Amino acid sequence: MKIEILGTGCAKCISLYENAKKAVAQKGVFAEIVKVEDIMQIMNYGVTSTPALVVDGKVLSSGRVLSAEEIGALL
Amino acid sequence: MFDWWEQVSAVMVFDGLGLLKGSQLGEAVHFFLYDTLKIYMLLVAIIFGVSFLRTYFNTEKVRVYLQGKSELSGNVLAALFGIITPFCSCSAIPLFLGFMQARIPMGITFSFLISAPLNNEIAIAMLFGLFGWKVTAIYIGFGLLVAILGGFIIGKCKLEKYVLIPVTPMSGDLEEVHIRLHVMKRINDAWVYTKDIFIKIYLYVLIGVGMGAFIHGYIPADFIARYAGGDAWYAVPLAVLLGIPMYSNAAGVMPLVEVLTSKGMLLGSALSFMMAVTALSLPEAMILKRILHVKLIGLFFGIVGFGILLVGYVFNAIL
Repeated sequence: MKIEILGTGCAKCISLYENAKKAVAQKGVFAEIVKVEDIMQIMNYGVTSTPALVVDGKVLSSGRVLSAEEIGALL
Repeated sequence: MFDWWEQVSAVMVFDGLGLLKGSQLGEAVHFFLYDTLKIYMLLVAIIFGVSFLRTYFNTEKVRVYLQGKSELSGNVLAALFGIITPFCSCSAIPLFLGFMQARIPMGITFSFLISAPLNNEIAIAMLFGLFGWKVTAIYIGFGLLVAILGGFIIGKCKLEKYVLIPVTPMSGDLEEVHIRLHVMKRINDAWVYTKDIFIKIYLYVLIGVGMGAFIHGYIPADFIARYAGGDAWYAVPLAVLLGIPMYSNAAGVMPLVEVLTSKGMLLGSALSFMMAVTALSLPEAMILKRILHVKLIGLFFGIVGFGILLVGYVFNAIL
């Protein structure tokens, strides 16, 4: 599983990244978590508000900081 | 709406604390207690309402909707969407480039970028709490006008060459990004968000109202008119210049403005000031500087600033 956190480095993006790490640890799933900070790459996902959560190439949320529990439920 | 609280707070101050009715201290304490709690109640209610409504909108949907709209009607729609779409200036870059990608004309994007911070939930809640619905409606109405015309004029200037990052327009239409949320989840989200904002601003409101209460009780009513020239020609530009560095502090600044209007500051100057606080945000300009040429940002600030000035002068003249 590949989890991508899209964001240009604002505070919200960092908290989403931390929550994703927690969620993966809680669920005990095997996942690669990547931060995508390059704006051109972010644009490719069709996202216009950050932070966004992408799992296996699919945009699951944008513009919100999801809690670890919420992310866990999506995995 | 808050008459009951006016009376309760009067009993608390004059009977409970034993302060004299009509004394400067008594009136100032009463005003402070009444105003802070009233504004806190309104802040929580309005921010919660607005953020709940906004969970139904997002900038991705707005982009799909604005795609292919002609100028002017696109500007109008973009400005209206600015009211109801959640927007954080940290998303200004993906928003700007994402709109360009969707071949939305730059002027329409600017209409959104002017309207969204202008109509932020804190400013609207504070305005409503301090000035009532009429002034709030005037603020939103003229804010929209500035956003529509400002965006339209920027669009007419054909400044696409000043975007520093090359954007490849997408071919074909966009697909909507579907994100499902349960109503309970939306209510919870809105509540968490309201709490976050409240914690961030309650102290500013307290300080703002506190200073306002001091002015209210101790400074004579014609103070501004006598010393700062309430209707002098420079009142409006001065208000705009003072408003620019206050971007993060709408909550603390607005109580002061309210009191100053009761001390002879004209409403037009007050409106200009509040619009400058919300619409001319330096942090947003700094973020946009990463992708836009300084000239374009300067023009953006210049046009919006000019629009705000006009609003101030018009209101000072007619009210």
